[in-house]
Amino acid sequence: MIEYLRNNSEIVWQALQEHLYLALLPILFGFVISLPLGYLAVRFTWLYHPLVNTFGVLYSIPSLALFVFLPVILGTKVLSPINVVVALTIYTVALLARTVADGLRSVDPVVAQAATAMGYRRTRRLIDVELPIALPVILAGLRVATVSNISLVSVGSLIGIGGLGQLFTRGFQLFYLEPILVGVVLSVLLAGIADLIIVLVQRAITPWTRAA
Amino acid sequence: MITFEDVVKVYRGGATAVDHLSLELPTGKLTVLVGPSGCGKTTSLRMINRMIAPTSGRILIDGKDVAEQDEALLRRSIGYVIQHAGLFPHRTVLDNVATVPVLLGKTRREARNAAYELLERVGLSADFAKRYPAQLSGGQQQRVGVARALAADPPIMLMDEPFSAVDPVVRAQLHTEFLRLQQDLGKTIAMVTHDIDEAIKLGDHVAVLRTGGRLAQFATPRELLANPADDFVASFVGRDRGLRSLSFDSAAELPVRPVDGIELDEAGRPLGLPGVFTKGDSLRVVTDLVISSPGGIAVRVGPDGAADGQVSHHELADYLASRRR
Repeated sequence: MIEYLRNNSEIVWQALQEHLYLALLPILFGFVISLPLGYLAVRFTWLYHPLVNTFGVLYSIPSLALFVFLPVILGTKVLSPINVVVALTIYTVALLARTVADGLRSVDPVVAQAATAMGYRRTRRLIDVELPIALPVILAGLRVATVSNISLVSVGSLIGIGGLGQLFTRGFQLFYLEPILVGVVLSVLLAGIADLIIVLVQRAITPWTRAA
Repeated sequence: MITFEDVVKVYRGGATAVDHLSLELPTGKLTVLVGPSGCGKTTSLRMINRMIAPTSGRILIDGKDVAEQDEALLRRSIGYVIQHAGLFPHRTVLDNVATVPVLLGKTRREARNAAYELLERVGLSADFAKRYPAQLSGGQQQRVGVARALAADPPIMLMDEPFSAVDPVVRAQLHTEFLRLQQDLGKTIAMVTHDIDEAIKLGDHVAVLRTGGRLAQFATPRELLANPADDFVASFVGRDRGLRSLSFDSAAELPVRPVDGIELDEAGRPLGLPGVFTKGDSLRVVTDLVISSPGGIAVRVGPDGAADGQVSHHELADYLASRRR
């Protein structure tokens, strides 16, 4: 494995970068889309169940099918990385919009009302009170989405884009175990490190959850 | 002054919470809204800061209709304390207290400095400043709740069952401290409770509401105990109101006899008694002493603690009877 890494460091490094980019860009997009969606699902309670059900269905679409069909829908090239980014963004939203909604719903109504009675207007109440209190739930969802995305990127290699997944296809084609091993180890490592970073950030910004 | 002008609140579905309520809560006084559940007391309170909108009628603060004021600005000018405190769990005690000043545009530093003083006012040391609400007891949380409501020095405070979530010992302590605080501050306070004893103990005025949201009586606690307006008020106030009304009568005029047959120490202080009273105590205290002391005698002491008189069972009864004439 070390031998393989030494001889192919450039390919592996590039695959790793691509992997990171393909996994994390959708997290960013997904998070930005999920915040308003999750908020709407709480603000208009009748929206909650339709939204949650829709996200559930979206999440159940097999990733390979999505990778294959998206070019048809979006009009992108089959080999365009946009397909993977869009597909993973959909999964991220499916996971995160629900956690944002659940996080906001976890805010004690008494606390929300107290905020209103103190003189918070709606937007500032959301930013200063409700979102911070919802953070532990939202960040838990973010961890799941991040790890899930990092593993799903590899599936993209079956359509020719896929970061570390390309090491798998290469290994299969050559009947050669080393690249597969390197790919697996690196993507597990990547997922672990990303998860750890989120946990550390969470500890830093929600000190109150450990106070009791 | 807070004025309710013929206020009606009918909830969707047709339940009447408040039924033609007209009421004046005087400036600088503590008015308690009391009644059984479903009497509309909390609804009435929450209409003052527009958390709930009346179906008809008006609520005025110093002559200005609250409905015509900006909601958020109105609320920042009114302190609000609720049961279980409703503190922000993600903010330290200090930042909870600093909430409204920050909303009003104070810098965080200014607001925090002022918050330290408020914590002291409500009996919490600076050690609590950096803690989170989850690290406090119920009574401590309630103190922070009061400090938070006072932070912007609002002329008006609304208190919704502020002391009902704490145990009786802590509650009595909070009552005493709160009355002392109110004596200093002289806020216009509207407080809601279901506990008539609390209402009588704390209120300058008490509004008794009946189920269906109608005002049954608006009176001082003393008047309420002496002359309940009807059977509902009488039964709500409770059966021992005669005894309780004695808490408003001072023992200053009660005639006493020279001390006789009581064991005293060399400074003249009585020994071995369950308790003594002073001129400043109420007749209720004296009555209680007479009933609980083995000899049926209550001993009065002067400012130095020395016994200066005593009164017996019969003498007290005669005095109480004489007051009726």
